[in-house]
Amino acid sequence: MNAPTYNFAYLDEQTKRMIRRAILKAIAIPGYQVPFASREMPMPYGWGTGGVQVTAAILGPTDVLKVIDQGSDDTTNAISIRKFFAKTAGVTTTTSTEVATVIQTRHRIPEASLRAGQVLVYQVPIPEPLRYLEPRETETRRMHALAEYGLMHVKLYEDIARFGHIATAYAYPVKVNARYVMDPSPTPKFDNPKMDNCPALQLFGAGREKRIYAIPPYTSVVSLDFEDHPFTRYKFDAPCALCGAADSYLDEIVTDDKGSRMFVCSDTDYCEGRQAAGHRGSQAAAPHKEAAHD
Amino acid sequence: MEAMISDLLAGFPDAVLSAQSTFRAVMEAMARPGTIQRVAATVGVPSGLTRAAAALALTLFDHDTPVWLDPALATGPDVATWLKFHTGAPVVAETVRASFALIRDGGLLPDLESFALGSGEYPDRSTTLILQVASLGEGRAYELRGPGIDGAATLCTAIAPDDLFDRLAINEELFPRGIDVVLVHDDSMVAIPRTTRLVVAGG
Repeated sequence: MNAPTYNFAYLDEQTKRMIRRAILKAIAIPGYQVPFASREMPMPYGWGTGGVQVTAAILGPTDVLKVIDQGSDDTTNAISIRKFFAKTAGVTTTTSTEVATVIQTRHRIPEASLRAGQVLVYQVPIPEPLRYLEPRETETRRMHALAEYGLMHVKLYEDIARFGHIATAYAYPVKVNARYVMDPSPTPKFDNPKMDNCPALQLFGAGREKRIYAIPPYTSVVSLDFEDHPFTRYKFDAPCALCGAADSYLDEIVTDDKGSRMFVCSDTDYCEGRQAAGHRGSQAAAPHKEAAHD
Repeated sequence: MEAMISDLLAGFPDAVLSAQSTFRAVMEAMARPGTIQRVAATVGVPSGLTRAAAALALTLFDHDTPVWLDPALATGPDVATWLKFHTGAPVVAETVRASFALIRDGGLLPDLESFALGSGEYPDRSTTLILQVASLGEGRAYELRGPGIDGAATLCTAIAPDDLFDRLAINEELFPRGIDVVLVHDDSMVAIPRTTRLVVAGG
């Protein structure tokens, strides 16, 4: 048979070594963006090529992989990446946060607590938190080298001056291990507290921008704020309409063309788990019966 | 005379999966400083190297990573020839050029500042030391703190040089520049990244 065959987990071994070395340095210098020679992947930039390369470099045959996009296991991006690794690495995939050993994510951190031994891989579009404030890479490099982050505080202050509060709602900057200011990728700031002192290893891959960074387990991650305007995690007015959870991050779903809407958990695994356990929200239908994925 | 290929020891039995499992061990070691991780893969071990050091070399070294060998490893031909064949990594004489340094005799460890420490802008361009030690899991107790450690971790080890942790105090002054160390013994490894701080050294 002459069908093309791929190396385990798609990437060639030299590429994996290069990415692996970058990951080790990223862990050793928490929050620092390590440049790496990002490869072209069989999917376009913006679809998670950074996260995919990190996952490909760490994945082994005994891993159990979960992929989420905006908290959901069921979106096109999540399904295609899960299938990609099921095909190229033959790994078991899951939608369960509990069971997974490697979780690749776009824009959310699962609601369920992560445990030691798990790895959370973030897909990152713009890794440089200072980029919109200072376009020159040479300058942002120097600002990180000197821990010169006044500009970021000015930006947050301008939010307060214009809106009366810090209006940044996602990609909310954090300081890692009291040293580097880091972009947590465009996760809602609701998720920021989950990064602090997390038992799992957190790896970040930006394919187009060619950067890898990391937060080791049990590392301090502090959202930037001011004494008189402390960081706040916003709270939703109503619980999830399907499972009744009052502690989760909710998505707004428009249900018709007359302005009707419902708010449901963005984390589908969390919501399904709660419904399976008998929790019901205001618009819950019959008990959840979706078949297992894959 | 150059060694014949047939005289060379093997590398990994499975270049892909052995490297993957060894990488996960060293990634876990780096993410949880002070914990002992083990190399599961079998590997040909040239005389002078430990199994963990040999596995790490095959996992991380290639033509992009200049390697410095300490005098105890550089004098015999085995290690250099084996590395050259299996990894293609250039062996360099200047410590400052090395991405990795393999050290068998820690008693003769050069001044840490002679290795690459990275720059303020690119602190990742620094040497990773792979240091063979007399034991991991027994010996003098060191209490460690830092990222990756939940509170404090206790590492028991017999290390040469015995003032290694005092020397690594430069990591605190230089951060984010610095030196990352992987201690290896037999099939075990413990990582001491530049963020790890010694709290107390016991008896």
